[in-house]
Amino acid sequence: MSLIEVRDLSREFTIRKRAGAFRRTSVVKHAVHDLSFDIEAGEMVGYIGPNGAGKSTTIKMLTGILGPSGGSALVAGLEPSRQRRELARRIGVVFGQRTSLWWDLPLRDSYELLRRIYRIPDQTFRRNLEDHVALLDLGDLMDTPVRQLSLGQRMRGDIAAALLHDPEILYLDEPTIGLDVVSKGRLREFLRALNHERGTTLMLTTHDLQDIEALCDRVIVIDHGTAVFDGPLPSLRANGDASRTLVVDLVDEASPIAIEGARVVKVEGPRQWLAFPAGASAAPLVAQVAAAYDVADLSIHEPDIEDVIRKLYAR
Amino acid sequence: MSGPLHPQISLYAAIATRSFRRYSTYTAATLAGIFTNSVFGIILSFAYLALWEQNPSAGGYEADQAVTFVWIGQALLMTVALWSGGSTDDLAERIRTGDIAVDLYRPVSVLGWYLAADLGRGLYHFTTRGVAPAIVGALLFGLVTPSPAGAAGFLVSVVLAVVVSFAVRFLFAASAFWLLDATGPRVLLSVLATFFSGLTLPLNLFPDGLRQVALALPFASYIQTPADIWLGRHTGLDMIAAIGLQVLWAVVLLATCALVLRAATRKVVVQGG
Repeated sequence: MSLIEVRDLSREFTIRKRAGAFRRTSVVKHAVHDLSFDIEAGEMVGYIGPNGAGKSTTIKMLTGILGPSGGSALVAGLEPSRQRRELARRIGVVFGQRTSLWWDLPLRDSYELLRRIYRIPDQTFRRNLEDHVALLDLGDLMDTPVRQLSLGQRMRGDIAAALLHDPEILYLDEPTIGLDVVSKGRLREFLRALNHERGTTLMLTTHDLQDIEALCDRVIVIDHGTAVFDGPLPSLRANGDASRTLVVDLVDEASPIAIEGARVVKVEGPRQWLAFPAGASAAPLVAQVAAAYDVADLSIHEPDIEDVIRKLYAR
Repeated sequence: MSGPLHPQISLYAAIATRSFRRYSTYTAATLAGIFTNSVFGIILSFAYLALWEQNPSAGGYEADQAVTFVWIGQALLMTVALWSGGSTDDLAERIRTGDIAVDLYRPVSVLGWYLAADLGRGLYHFTTRGVAPAIVGALLFGLVTPSPAGAAGFLVSVVLAVVVSFAVRFLFAASAFWLLDATGPRVLLSVLATFFSGLTLPLNLFPDGLRQVALALPFASYIQTPADIWLGRHTGLDMIAAIGLQVLWAVVLLATCALVLRAATRKVVVQGG
């Protein structure tokens, strides 16, 4: 049995609109529609899609704060909306835009309350606190009220908070939003280590595709409530008609390079850009170019997954 | 509500303690509040004294009892968070912003959580904004003191006042689940509570009919009931009956809160992504 099993999961909302002075019409919106996927223990899954695609609705159903209107979800063998509190002991949730810490209290007090809420055994609590405080560099901040923390500090504080009770699954909703590059990098490193060392399953929704590139072996793309792609990151690139780019610097300016298997998309002086399918090998192209032209330099650019995903959405 | 009792109690005690500590960090606000309560108390005391000179033993209160009633009202005004300032303000705000989702993700009763926080807050407000203005009132006007039984009954009644007022405020705040914003209901609640708690005028001075209704409403638990116990108007079985009515309201209202919360989490979407 998979850790997370989602079968034909649906959730519709009825939106009432004014139509004239007294009449109202209702429109049924399918936020999530016949969604199915499995996530195994220890996976790191990126869950992405445009705004309003149904990402948050899915997470709400997986954590049990919203019941499904059709289909089923099973998380760690529990039915989330019926066994919300039992499930809550086994999962951790981190929102980039919300905090689970207490605004007026020092971090230490928030952690102390969480210890009681989750009834964390003393030894586990001390070990987790020591580990996470060290790794997330929170040592000097433990006695600072949360309202005085910077966004990055608060985010680290929130992640440590979500992990105190050793959750099997960690849901992260836009965890790097608003963080600077250095903070983002450190956070990703921490999450990777968490997954490798403790086997924590990670499900991540984000608009930051670098999060996905850095963390996720698998990506589920959702649009209009339905999964439009589910697979490893490289095949997402191959899937979206993505092309790789061979950038050629010639010694002298020349007319567009004509070789088989690639086409010139841009010329700028002696530099030319050649697009070729993401699935194809670059080696024969390089050989052809090198045989026919005086080449000063060559480089290959991977497709930007942002482009790939945009193409998927556009379908 | 499963599991052993002890960890539950220690959790709620910890919440109440943190809530107390949270309010105690705002010393300047507390001092300003004490000053305001004292000024209000002085003004109302002089108004009452003028009124009672015209109409001695109005509502069955002697003039010194009426003045004591004023200061009990001022002491309990913040303790029961009559206008605002309770944990239920946080609740309404968290429903509005969608942060309530964080509370719902926790393996703990949301109702129990906010009640514990409000009791911690109530204790802070009672010991500061309750006691300090009352001392001012006692020094300036000389207040009526209760019998030992009256004092004990008063303290029990005040705890129940906080619980009843919490449950009423919780219901009004929870309307934000459906209305998306609870500002309107909160204004309505302030007006009702100001009038029917006894804050402006003891309910015993209300005309027949309205008086009986007002005394039966939960708002009477806020100020009227504890004040009458302090003043010795409820003693013996009568005191037990008065406290019993508070207990009844507390149980009925908290049960309603639990049902409303369940309906809200079933039917209503947590706002925001």
